[in-house]
Amino acid sequence: MDLDFNKEQEMLRKSVAEFLSKECPFDDVRELEDSEKGYSPALWKKMAQLGWMEACFPETYGGYGESFFDIIIIMEEIGKKAYPSPFFSTVVLCGQTILEAGSEKQKKDLLGKIAAGKLIMALAQQEVDASFEPADVSMPAELSGDQYVLNGTKMFVQDANVADKLIVAARSSEGVTLFLVDAKDPGISCRKLNTIGKDNICRVDFKDVKVSKDDLIGDDGKGVDILEKMSQRAVVAKCAEMVGGAQESLEMTVSYSKQREQYGTPIGGFQIMQHYMADMKIAYETCANYLYQVAWMVDEGKATVLATSALKAEVSRQYKFITEKGVQIHGGIGTTREFNIGLFYRRAKAFEYVLGDADYHTEKIAQAAGM
Amino acid sequence: MDFSLTAEEQAFEKELEVFFEAEMKNAPPEFAGGLEGIYANEEGNNFHKYMAKRLGEKGWIAHAWPKQYGGMEATIMEQMIFDEVRGRYGAPGIDAFGVGMFAPTLLVGATEEQKERLLPPIAKGEVFYCQGWSEPDAGSDLASVTTLAIRDGDHFIVNGQKTWTTGGHYSDHMFLLARTDSDSKRGKGLSVFNVDMSLPGIEVRPLLYMDGNHIYNEVYFKDVKLPAYDLIGEEGKGWDLTRQTMNFERSGQGAYAGMRVIVDELIGYMKNTKRGGKSLADDPINRKKIAQLIIDCEMGTTLGYKIGWYQSKNDAMNIIWSASSSKLLATELAQRLSQYATEIMGSYGQMEDDPEAPMGGHMANLYQFCKGMTIYAGTNEIQRNLIAWVGLGLPRLKFKP
Ligand SMILES: Cc1cc2nc3c(=O)[nH]c(=O)nc-3n(C[C@H](O)[C@H](O)[C@H](O)COP(=O)(O)OP(=O)(O)OC[C@H]3O[C@@H](n4cnc5c(N)ncnc54)[C@H](O)[C@@H]3O)c2cc1C
Repeated sequence: MDLDFNKEQEMLRKSVAEFLSKECPFDDVRELEDSEKGYSPALWKKMAQLGWMEACFPETYGGYGESFFDIIIIMEEIGKKAYPSPFFSTVVLCGQTILEAGSEKQKKDLLGKIAAGKLIMALAQQEVDASFEPADVSMPAELSGDQYVLNGTKMFVQDANVADKLIVAARSSEGVTLFLVDAKDPGISCRKLNTIGKDNICRVDFKDVKVSKDDLIGDDGKGVDILEKMSQRAVVAKCAEMVGGAQESLEMTVSYSKQREQYGTPIGGFQIMQHYMADMKIAYETCANYLYQVAWMVDEGKATVLATSALKAEVSRQYKFITEKGVQIHGGIGTTREFNIGLFYRRAKAFEYVLGDADYHTEKIAQAAGM
Repeated sequence: MDFSLTAEEQAFEKELEVFFEAEMKNAPPEFAGGLEGIYANEEGNNFHKYMAKRLGEKGWIAHAWPKQYGGMEATIMEQMIFDEVRGRYGAPGIDAFGVGMFAPTLLVGATEEQKERLLPPIAKGEVFYCQGWSEPDAGSDLASVTTLAIRDGDHFIVNGQKTWTTGGHYSDHMFLLARTDSDSKRGKGLSVFNVDMSLPGIEVRPLLYMDGNHIYNEVYFKDVKLPAYDLIGEEGKGWDLTRQTMNFERSGQGAYAGMRVIVDELIGYMKNTKRGGKSLADDPINRKKIAQLIIDCEMGTTLGYKIGWYQSKNDAMNIIWSASSSKLLATELAQRLSQYATEIMGSYGQMEDDPEAPMGGHMANLYQFCKGMTIYAGTNEIQRNLIAWVGLGLPRLKFKP
């Protein structure tokens, strides 16, 4: 065993952390949250120049990525700074889908553009009934000549409002299928929803949107399989963002509790505060350690549903626990828009819903355990 | 034992139901109730003030007060019935600060002249108060406030800053806790004032809650000249009076009733909603969560009756720890309710105020506002301390002076 990060990984972490601290301090995060676009195109360009997107794809497709750990490290640092950008939608959800199932041509073209920071993408899977299950996709894709026609509504599509292209899961006669669609298609309308994460969650409506047969991602009817495989990786990346946020929340709370005095003594000296923070530390450490193990399993091609679901279920619960106690320990100031712990408290709730909540994954663990 | 209501009490409950049923039709669309409902926007606040007038006309604001100040000397049981029915309808109109805290303080500590001058407008629902206790460096440790009110002939000159002042932007008056002896420490040398918020030198600056709503404020005092006739109680004896005010908290009855209604609304939503082809109401995990919320509401309500019982016997020790217990239970129930509701809703649980949000998006808002509840009015840790010390007789922590 070797439970340390290697030199290159440490360097990557440092460079991402320094960039975000400098370029997007928490006041800017709040401003971005309130902005129409929800992210900074200028910073997106710089991220690409620094090679963050390239780090996520193999050399053949315009990147230099070698290990899944690079994505984990970038996502962890993004999580620590509560940094809003379409990185997860584009690079992880869509990038990994294309990597998994795209044709050689699609990979070269789309992944190359993503790696260069020239393409933003969003994945449209969930529908009005809000099921997390890929197999529950029901939006029709009717074959008409050599085109498919999409009609229906997709919900909770993150970054659809800023995307150039969408990957849309819809049901053809063969089953759930993935379609590559131009986000600016006149048949598409998009509405940003008002959500607790203020994070570009959209409703997207499709009216007679035509897709050529060449624009399927993977084979007709193979969507469920592709989405499940992609989710196995993507969910680990999301958990890295959550674990990063949990770490920052714990650290800022511990440091606040040492400075803030009441009754002539730092509040961190009260035993109940100490016990809360001890529990927060256990929660963070166990989640972070398990995250790294599961990420390693992904790299080795050994990831299991049991492991990825256990990770998402527990990280969803513990991130909420850590941020909830974090606010409590801050007292009144923790409830403000101005103070940073609230950013993480809101994100913990928002991220719970990404790729399945704790209850969804709890059921998957039971199934994976043979029940 | 007998947990039943008398015929008169039942008739009163019915009368209240008819009243609130009719009046709540005047609520603005998507009225959220609670502190956010009445302070986050103009429409909500107007409705609060309208409702206060209506309650004033009915005599229900001063319900429990002595007859000589316009009250009806209602029994504790009648007050609880009122709280419960009002809670069930999520109705505003009772100023938590003026009616809930300051009026009882006046009844205990004010001069006849002050009572006659200040109580009737509160009883009529015509003036609204905010609470000027917390300061940036005096939160849980309230006795360490540093805002100064120094006597100058028949005035006091106030300088300092209050914070977290809920509803300060919609209030006519503040009850202020300030230090009248600049050499004093902690509980000594503090005094209570009735402050007209329109006095020169008072500045109210908004603070935004984490969901972006404007509920509380910072209030700055710069050489504010307070007339000495607005000093409440004896100069320098304000801490004793304030400690009594803390005990005027009610049983929390309204809170449980309000949450029980939300649970029913949630059940309705679940029965009408399918996910993956299955009704949300059939999911065993969801069912267990709902059952737990109902248990909590049931237990809380009964605890509320017990607190009322202690109050009717003037049993001070038991009132203190049981009121702390109820504050804990009710606020942590609000936390659990918003947690479970936003989980049961699945991805819709993240939606705030939005045309497509289930239950008006109030559950995502409550998920944020419930954290304020576990912190304000004495944090839940401070309540736990009180339960341990007063309720169980455990040794008190010794603080440095
Ligand atoms: C939504 C909201 C509305 C409010 N409205 C008003 C208002 O209208 N008027 C007003 O005057 N105030 C108001 N407050 C302020 C409120 O009363 C204070 O926030 C509260 O008393 C806690 O003080 P603090 O914020 O300074 O936290 P601190 O006292 O700094 O507490 C920080 C943490 O330390 C813990 N702690 C402190 N002392 C102890 C101890 N002895 N033992 C164990 N743990 C301890 C606390 O429990 C908390 O977790 C409001 C607060 C909120 C959140």
